[in-house]
Amino acid sequence: MKLTLRIWRQASPDAKGKMKKYVLDDVEPDMSFLEMLDVLNEKLVLDDEDPVSFDHDCREGICGSCAMVINGTAHGPQKNTTTCQLHMRHFADGDTIDIEPWRAKAFPVIKDLVTDRSAFDEIIKAGGYISVNTGSAPEAHAIPVDKVSADDAFDAATCIGCGACVAACPNGSSMLFTSAKVTHLGLLPQGQPERATRAINMLAKQDELDFGGCTNVGACHEVCPKGIPLASIAQLNHDVLGATLAGARSD
Amino acid sequence: MSELQQEPTATQGEGRYVVGDPIADTRAPDSPIGDRWADRKFSARLVNPANRRKMSVIVVGTGLAGGAAAATLGEAGYHVKSFCFQDSPRRAHSIAAQGGINAAKNYRYDGDSVHRLFYDTVKGGDFRSRESNVHRLAEVSLNIIDQCVAQGVPFAREYSGLLDTRSFGGTQVSRTFYARGQTGQQLLLGAYQALERQIAAGTVEMHPRTEMLDLIVVDGKARGIVTRNLFNGQIETHLADAVILCSGGYGNVYYLSTNAKGSNVTAAWRAHKRGALFANPCYTQIHPTCIPVSGEYQSKLTLMSESLRNDGRVWVPKERGDDRPPNDIPEDERDYYLERQYPAFGNLVPRDIASRAAKNMCDAEHGVGPGGLGVYLDFSDAIERLGRPAVEAKYGNLFEMYQRITGDDPYEVPMRIYPAIHYTMGGLWVDYDLRSTIPGLFVGGEANFSDHGANRLGASALMQGLSDGYFVLPTTVADYLADAPFEAVPDDHPDVVEAVEATRERIDKLLSANGHRTVDSFHRELGQLVWDQCGMARSKEGLEKALDRIPSLREEFWRDVKIVGTGDGFNQSLEKAGRVADFMELAELMCMDALHREESCGGHFRVEHQTEDGEAQRDDENFSYVAAWEYGGDNQRPVLHKEDLDFSYVHPSQRSYK
Repeated sequence: MKLTLRIWRQASPDAKGKMKKYVLDDVEPDMSFLEMLDVLNEKLVLDDEDPVSFDHDCREGICGSCAMVINGTAHGPQKNTTTCQLHMRHFADGDTIDIEPWRAKAFPVIKDLVTDRSAFDEIIKAGGYISVNTGSAPEAHAIPVDKVSADDAFDAATCIGCGACVAACPNGSSMLFTSAKVTHLGLLPQGQPERATRAINMLAKQDELDFGGCTNVGACHEVCPKGIPLASIAQLNHDVLGATLAGARSD
Repeated sequence: MSELQQEPTATQGEGRYVVGDPIADTRAPDSPIGDRWADRKFSARLVNPANRRKMSVIVVGTGLAGGAAAATLGEAGYHVKSFCFQDSPRRAHSIAAQGGINAAKNYRYDGDSVHRLFYDTVKGGDFRSRESNVHRLAEVSLNIIDQCVAQGVPFAREYSGLLDTRSFGGTQVSRTFYARGQTGQQLLLGAYQALERQIAAGTVEMHPRTEMLDLIVVDGKARGIVTRNLFNGQIETHLADAVILCSGGYGNVYYLSTNAKGSNVTAAWRAHKRGALFANPCYTQIHPTCIPVSGEYQSKLTLMSESLRNDGRVWVPKERGDDRPPNDIPEDERDYYLERQYPAFGNLVPRDIASRAAKNMCDAEHGVGPGGLGVYLDFSDAIERLGRPAVEAKYGNLFEMYQRITGDDPYEVPMRIYPAIHYTMGGLWVDYDLRSTIPGLFVGGEANFSDHGANRLGASALMQGLSDGYFVLPTTVADYLADAPFEAVPDDHPDVVEAVEATRERIDKLLSANGHRTVDSFHRELGQLVWDQCGMARSKEGLEKALDRIPSLREEFWRDVKIVGTGDGFNQSLEKAGRVADFMELAELMCMDALHREESCGGHFRVEHQTEDGEAQRDDENFSYVAAWEYGGDNQRPVLHKEDLDFSYVHPSQRSYK
């Protein structure tokens, strides 16, 4: 396959970036998208050009490192698929592909396609956990968890923290990410004692960072490689409302 | 410890190394095996809570072992500095573990017990692990599940609301707890969340996108690390009272492996060059169920969880070179070779045996798919028996992953699988306290060598990482810190300055080569060489060939590697180059270890040492020891220290899964 790539190149956080064109003419359909970029980078290095920087690690769709807007869609055309799991068989010979970094105020560009997503860690730090010290746990079977809650909690817990939801949102909101954690922990009996404060504190932290507000557009769910349900956001709103009515306040 | 005691004989590697003093684990109490951990916990000294915040600990790596250790030490009140090269601690490669985590809970009442988990693990490791460590692992497994459930890890449950389990290779009980096919992710997020809680509490200082490039040893003690800030290229030093390495395994020496692209040996190798012994480097695990290679551009291999072997049946066509589509091959023309050769365990034989059997089938031209490097893993029976929804609930995400990568639908067509490098049992030598041979340097998780012997059983890596991180290191590090705080080390201490200078020099040297080959091209060549000669089957001839080639390849690398850009900013090629440089050195030690070990055991299969029916032939008489290698100096021969293994509770026998 012969492809024309137009890739966002930006040397450093403060540098002005621009789209640059590259042509690759030996792309195989069974290559992954990142392998296609590896091939490009090998060529660039040998031509004494700076290779394209991009975050990636597991290449199995689970670590959440890879993050590219491909032809205007976060993670590209295949539903429920991270960039690393996208294969070139979904493109056709002669295609032009635009590749950009996540575009969101909360995720500033570091270099080329690499962005700084540490704001997500800040949100988790604000309460995305159950406060249990090592060694203080009761016997695992002491508290049964009904299968439906366990399964729903799992569905929310599969979030990989890639940030596609924020990149796709016209407001740059992180509601799907925050609500996934609030839903995961809030559905389990172990998560009840901190449920109200967790929701309030995580939401307050998200608002304090550079994320926008949620207006129920739903683009986040459309691009989410793990298909985190939109209902998570309703759950978050429910928990925050309940907590507020009960008089809970953020720290 | 480096005095030369005897010259090696010809059969031991022909003067490529020297034999030093034996080494021993002096920390495990001398009590009955079931009491050892309790006794050690009681004898371990404690640190007054008020003094803990004055003591500092560096933890390198944020996977299950590192994340759990940093969080737990933070909870205890120590001042912890945690490091990872990824952009967030949540992305460490533990996240990719699929299948599950073992624990001797015996919730199924199927005859499981701490002793049985201990027994299975020692046997599964082909009698090359240390009994004390393995027994502790089995004991602690109970606490791990409790801890993770309390953290909110959404394990699979039954309709009763109780935890579900499944069985895994190498065992006949059902003791593997799982969260669909994403157990590693859920356990890691539990540890990550505990870590973030401590970061919020101010006990842990987090340094993401920061890579350890050297260990700082002052007055014989590990006192800090040299790092490169991957964001801006700054070389920095971090000093502390103790250093814990939980930096993972070295499977990426093979270039193609199931490891994440960034997984590397650098932290462990730098510690080795500073004096820590490296044990059993040749013990590498080949995972039997990975997606086969599809082309030369292949950058990594993807594993399909071993749990698939619970319901999937492995087969090849009986006819050599039969290239009919799998569904056109009638039942009586299929060879379910694992069920045929190992009727007792069938498709659930341990990983090393399943891998080698697949290789043998492909070598005998029964392989399927491109290049004949694949065997079928067929779910049609399971789908018929359980119904598609049940199969989907168990393995849905794995099937999807397979389809995404290959374009084939495993509900309709059998999967094609082939073995790939997955895990490394070898690692830095540690005693029962997980202390390396450098005082103050502890090693946890895959980075150490201690619990899996020559072969790791499925669902045991997560167990070991969390055991080390949550339960073992916090106890044993406290015992060490009871003597702290140690004398302050100034930033301009000669040993600190030397380590920083050495790091800078190495980076400058890499950048100034400005040759003709990319880092990846060297890495691919090294990987192919190690895979061919020190992979699933090893021979004296092949290993010697590799040992002759590696030094020249290394020399070419330093002379001819091409890296664009500078060291002063974000530079991913430079990061890769530093890691490959260390793999180039490790590869030689691996081959040396494989050559010296004139026996077959677990993942180490020497073609010269096999039974008549092709099974691994151990030599307990001569090789029932841990090979702990000391760095001999640049271009000097390494020094081999042997730790004799004692089996008082599980009598070594020829493993049989027939």
